[in-house]
Amino acid sequence: MSLAVLPLLQQFVVLLAALALFLSFVLLAQTRLVAAIHVFAWQGALVAAVTFTVALSGHAGHLYFSALLTLILKALLIPWMLHRLVRRLGLERHTERLRHPALVVMAGVALVIFSYWLVLPMVEQGLAFTRNIIAVSLALVLIGLLMMVFRQQAVAQVLGFMSMENGLFLAAVSATAGMPLVVELGVAFDLLVAMVLFGVFFFQIRDSIDSLNVDRLNRLTEVESLDSAPHHSADGWS
Amino acid sequence: MTPLLLTLLTPLIGGLALFLVRALGPAGWLNLGVSGLTLLSSLWLAWTVAQVDIVTGPGFRVDAFNVYLIVLTAFVGLTTAIFSRPYMQHVQASGRISVFNLRLYHALYQAFMLTMLVALTTDNLGVLWVAVEGATLATVLLVSLYRTPEAVEAAWKYFILCGVGIALALFGTVLTYFAAQLVLVDTESGLTWSVLHAHAAALDPTVMRIAFVFLLVGYGTKVGLVPMHQWLPDAHSEGPTPMSAVLSGLLLNVALYAVVRLKMLVDGSLAATETPHLAGALLMGFGLVSFMVAALFLHRQRDIKRLFSYSSIEHMGLMTFAFGLGGPLATFGALLHMLVHSLTKSAIFVTVGHATHLAGTQSIERIRGLIRTQPAIGWSLLFGVVAIAGFPPFGVFTSEFLLLTATMQTHPWFTLVLLSGLAIAFAGLFRHLQPMVYGSAPEGQGPVSANLLPVFVHLGLVLWLGLSIPGFLAEWLDRATVLITGGGLL
Repeated sequence: MSLAVLPLLQQFVVLLAALALFLSFVLLAQTRLVAAIHVFAWQGALVAAVTFTVALSGHAGHLYFSALLTLILKALLIPWMLHRLVRRLGLERHTERLRHPALVVMAGVALVIFSYWLVLPMVEQGLAFTRNIIAVSLALVLIGLLMMVFRQQAVAQVLGFMSMENGLFLAAVSATAGMPLVVELGVAFDLLVAMVLFGVFFFQIRDSIDSLNVDRLNRLTEVESLDSAPHHSADGWS
Repeated sequence: MTPLLLTLLTPLIGGLALFLVRALGPAGWLNLGVSGLTLLSSLWLAWTVAQVDIVTGPGFRVDAFNVYLIVLTAFVGLTTAIFSRPYMQHVQASGRISVFNLRLYHALYQAFMLTMLVALTTDNLGVLWVAVEGATLATVLLVSLYRTPEAVEAAWKYFILCGVGIALALFGTVLTYFAAQLVLVDTESGLTWSVLHAHAAALDPTVMRIAFVFLLVGYGTKVGLVPMHQWLPDAHSEGPTPMSAVLSGLLLNVALYAVVRLKMLVDGSLAATETPHLAGALLMGFGLVSFMVAALFLHRQRDIKRLFSYSSIEHMGLMTFAFGLGGPLATFGALLHMLVHSLTKSAIFVTVGHATHLAGTQSIERIRGLIRTQPAIGWSLLFGVVAIAGFPPFGVFTSEFLLLTATMQTHPWFTLVLLSGLAIAFAGLFRHLQPMVYGSAPEGQGPVSANLLPVFVHLGLVLWLGLSIPGFLAEWLDRATVLITGGGLL
């Protein structure tokens, strides 16, 4: 599957997607929160650029609108909200200590290979472009998932979640030339509400465990409720 | 069209209005009134569907399968609102919740109902996704309503797990859309379920296979399938009890509904390949594992609401298994089981709300002598659990019997597994139940003001369904069965 035979615009889209994948890796290993937010913003801008490029290539007019939406939401609004939250939480200088960073990046590489393996039988009619794009966006989703699993910091987990969404946007825009407008608006709305709620939860978590290290959220486990006294009632009316 | 619009607009307007109402007393009544109106319009909608078979609107489609779930959702929404009014008054009197949070509670209650109804009525897979994700967003703040460390933890877990799950479901949706674009001329309708269903045989089987795995894991997280169930017991046990009732009674059903709709597409696409029953086999596997694991976990529980949330996982597993089994008999049984499980489980959660109020704790060890202290609550809990454990003459027995018969016909060996699972679950429930309802009451435990009307109505209906399923309902479920499997039972 030689990429050089693709039309120029498609090659450009693949290039942008590859850059977005690269930024996913940067995000995975970036320990400084503020820097990670910037990386995330750039990734959002790349997804917006992909949308714009696909819009240029023709079929769907509403893609211009959705490129603008992605740019505002993913590259500006959400990073700005996160930035503000980090400042209000006093975490500007926060760096997280990662356990086994090399191992995690290797796991990320394995996920990329897995994504390519998964889509390999999918598009057999030689659609080199679609196959690459779907594999890369699946890799973005899975690396976001990996980030959520292995980061303990609540803000970093949210970044993982948001980069998963970037992968989904990328898949929707480039493999299918964009979802219907009503769906895209709905997804964007859900994402915005989710971001607001994440902000609320940062403060709730900090109030309850004095830190944003969600590994310390460990009261509710099956084992614990066996060894120690049952935790106090959340619902007793007394 | 009009009843459909009314069904969706009532909770929307009601939710907005409730956010503006400051006083608790009127808010509780308004919440009740809005839920009542929603039920009335859903009944009107059901009446219309009974006349014309399918009601469609721009992007909406109501047929025999979803209309009974719509009525069920509106009904449980109403009875839970009846329970929630005095309950929230009590919570406020105990000073554990601020006035703003109380307003938020009522507004989000209706927002949750709206997302459920949109998810059920929509014909668009993308909108379905948006609505199911919206349901998470509407309920996540309610889980952490009491702001205890446990509640915040439960809510965070719920948010993250369901967020991830649902993101995977969106990827599956995108893949489905991609498969549709290779086939359809009008690509804009590539997410419309009815169009996809009509062209299901032409959809690329390889793409649909991968898509279904993502969709199943995604929506399966919401159904509470093992191993993606971790959020469910936490969210149920830490949130306010009315929330537990609607989460268990409604949200899980809606997620399962989504899975079944998608299975219908994949079945059509894979029919000509060498693995025509792949989707069904996956559902059977996930369902059986969930059923067995949850039945075993019932034994270990120490918190009464966690106990019953594991029971929900068990029953959702059973239904998933039955839908995977396919065939008219199993599907009819699963549809009936969705109905009776919702009614019984929300009745149980309402009773549990009163029982924890009475005992002042959720710890099973410290809830004792309910029948001695307040017979109404004790007997309600006893009958609720008897019903959910699948004893005749309650409706759960009927549906489980149908499921077992269907299993016996096609996969006889699984009947043994199911029967032993049911026995394990029964033992798990009753070893906890027995000392709670009988036993001697601790000193100083007195009766509380209880509003058991929803419980009596629900259990009465379940009893009725166990003794004789009314003709119109059987016909209704049968039409849904025909829709899903292509063959009817009656």
